[in-house]
Amino acid sequence: MVKRVRRYLHKSTEAAPLAVFRILFALLMFISLVRFWSMGWISKFYIEPGFHFHYYGFDWVRPFGEFTYLLFVICGVSAVGVAIGWKYRLSIVLFFLSFTYIELLDKTTYLNHYYFVSVLSFLLIFLPANAYFSVDAYRTKDLSYQYVKSWHIDLIKLFLGMVYFYAGLAKLNHDWLFEALPLKIWLPSKSSVPILGGILHDEWAAFGFSWAGMLYDLFIPFLLLSRRIRPFAFVLVVIFHLMTRILFPIGMFPYIMIVSTLIYFSPAFHRRLLASLSRLLRLDFAIFDNGRHYVETGKLKVKFIFVFLLFQLAFPFRFMLAPGNLFWTEEGYRFSWRVMLMDKTGYANFKIVDKNTGIQFYVNNSDFLTPFQEKQMSTQADFVLEYGQYLGQYFKSKGQVTDPAVYVESYVSLNGKGSKLFVRPDLDLMQVNQKYQHHHLIIPFNEYKHYSAY
Amino acid sequence: MIPCCLVLLILAHFGCDSGTDKLPDSKESFDRRAMLQHWADQIIIPSYEHYNSKVTVLHVSTDQFTSSPSIENLMALRTAWKEAYLAWQWVSMYEIGKAEAINFRNFTNIFPTNTEGITKNIKSGNYNLELPSKFAEQGLPALDYLINGLGKDDQVVVNILGSVDYANYLTDLTSRLSNLSNEVLSDWKGGFRDRYIENSGSSGTSSVDKTVNDFMYDYEKFLRAGKIGIPAGVFSGSPIPKAVEARFSPGFSKELFLENLKASQDFFNGIAFGKDGEGVSLKSYLDHLGTEKDGAKLSDLINGQFDKSRETSGLVDSDFAKQVHQDNTQMLKLYDELQKNVILIKVDMMQALNIAVDYVDADGD
Repeated sequence: MVKRVRRYLHKSTEAAPLAVFRILFALLMFISLVRFWSMGWISKFYIEPGFHFHYYGFDWVRPFGEFTYLLFVICGVSAVGVAIGWKYRLSIVLFFLSFTYIELLDKTTYLNHYYFVSVLSFLLIFLPANAYFSVDAYRTKDLSYQYVKSWHIDLIKLFLGMVYFYAGLAKLNHDWLFEALPLKIWLPSKSSVPILGGILHDEWAAFGFSWAGMLYDLFIPFLLLSRRIRPFAFVLVVIFHLMTRILFPIGMFPYIMIVSTLIYFSPAFHRRLLASLSRLLRLDFAIFDNGRHYVETGKLKVKFIFVFLLFQLAFPFRFMLAPGNLFWTEEGYRFSWRVMLMDKTGYANFKIVDKNTGIQFYVNNSDFLTPFQEKQMSTQADFVLEYGQYLGQYFKSKGQVTDPAVYVESYVSLNGKGSKLFVRPDLDLMQVNQKYQHHHLIIPFNEYKHYSAY
Repeated sequence: MIPCCLVLLILAHFGCDSGTDKLPDSKESFDRRAMLQHWADQIIIPSYEHYNSKVTVLHVSTDQFTSSPSIENLMALRTAWKEAYLAWQWVSMYEIGKAEAINFRNFTNIFPTNTEGITKNIKSGNYNLELPSKFAEQGLPALDYLINGLGKDDQVVVNILGSVDYANYLTDLTSRLSNLSNEVLSDWKGGFRDRYIENSGSSGTSSVDKTVNDFMYDYEKFLRAGKIGIPAGVFSGSPIPKAVEARFSPGFSKELFLENLKASQDFFNGIAFGKDGEGVSLKSYLDHLGTEKDGAKLSDLINGQFDKSRETSGLVDSDFAKQVHQDNTQMLKLYDELQKNVILIKVDMMQALNIAVDYVDADGD
């Protein structure tokens, strides 16, 4: 066994797929950043709001006012550095750090896609993605290798496959499979979509999409692994992601996934891609084919990546440690590839009480939060807690209240099942420890049936 | 090509998965376009026409008063103002298109009005009513101050208001109201109606999403908070009698509230303006989808809550300022009933119709 592992770790393969992946991934990242900027989101999400929701332990991550734009410049420039493979190690480290810092600024904007990018760029730090078809390899012969280790490429395949598979596992729950929720809510309103629109109001369409989505997520990694089925699987990938693009406001992610799955294709395929690109750029493609093999020194790196993968495999299951309904509490919901899985709408009304005078009043949330922040806050207990405590401190610092107690009256409706009281209204949020887990704050969702497989 | 593949794919999956012989009910798609058309032609445009005619009368009455100030003409002016204010309650929620672009609601009905600012404007004769900083120095609340708030004795009011400076300001206010209203109405009657109906999709900027958000916003911020919550001290800790709508016309505040409440409920039920009988509406949309909560139709629950609010207001004095002064608990009770519908509409209804609360321009998962 150990022998086989060792043999596998020494196995070499052409570096072309890794180079293509590096170029396309980084290029799409650059486009995403430009798009983000041009939408005015940098200012809207990170500069304008007076208050930000922090990840636990990352309170110190703050935007830099107008200099936040600089952060995006760094991120964009490093993405270009990665794409062309120029000072690759520095570029990818900078990209990972700046991108992740941006994501840590405010958990309002959390998306699985952004987490996906962070993890992937973290992994790329450890891979010799500049070995082939890069400025580094072009300039410095010592850095140029035609062959890398098989595991360098398999690592990306494994991670991609894991994301799909876990997204599929997450769909194995009662609502998704047997009630076609939330698609039954989402699809009928899309009846104006060309061609497809006519069928979307039908219940069977919601069921069809739910099951198709589940089966797709669970099986696509395996279909992509099989050489015979791969072209068909890739057609599925394209159809699936374009569908999500048409139906939902999902940004750049469909394109990122479509492009990423190319890594499953053979080295010959990638060589053809690079050959056409070379013709376009009038580059001498042959100089990269030097027959050199990249040598992986240091066993520590392999061990570290192995532990990191184990962590990635286990982390999405942490919700099992918390009682209650996962969709309701969202305790362990994020960072687990639960994508477009439920529909939640909420409303939270905060009451400030001065414990000394007994005076009480309600807060107008739009005085403190953007509509986006308020929307996210009203359905997630950790947001409610952080914001509630901020309000108490705010009114105290303004001298409006001497000894504040903060209560919240909040209602949430999950998958159209009707609004229910969410956070305990009798709880003075000022007395609650930030480390408190969600389920201590939340009124349990007992009647609700939820048979998630994981 | 792609959609065809997908349809086949779905059919294939569906064929495998459903072993039952009974297919789920297939139903007609709800016609959002027809709803928009009903809203535009039967509710929104007629409401604006009605309001527009009332502010036109208001402006004419102002001219009559300023050219010959008398108690009789003051009375006529007051009546015209009241009718315009009541008519306003039927259009305040449609802050979309031109109305949104020109800040129609803020220039028409921001209260409490700034009496000091108004007096300063009149004395100096130097003001620009188009500035956002002048929201609270114009519109229907400012007129309330001028025609009802300058003195207890009507002859005193006539004397002051008939003077050149006051008369000029009065005329400026009513002509501005009339101009703004004309601008919005002519836009609806011009190209906007068609564009509004055409935009029948389901994105955050589609007409259905925007109209429902505007409806909700008006209910929450102006009906629930503005008319009831703020005077009752819900957001400040202690009651603010001066913050009632039309504070210089004791007893009118409740009438305005009830009018706005009816306008909101009628919109929900799709009742054509000035007519009986329901049309395509949020109610019929919810019923079409079969939306229920705890075994009851959501549309019934929402209508029940509208009725409950109206019923609760029966215990509140017609003069809200007097009510919060004497026994605020009745006002707070009314607020609580109004609040319950915020949850039914904003959480339950908007989820069922898949309308994002407040248009948020961002990517999703």
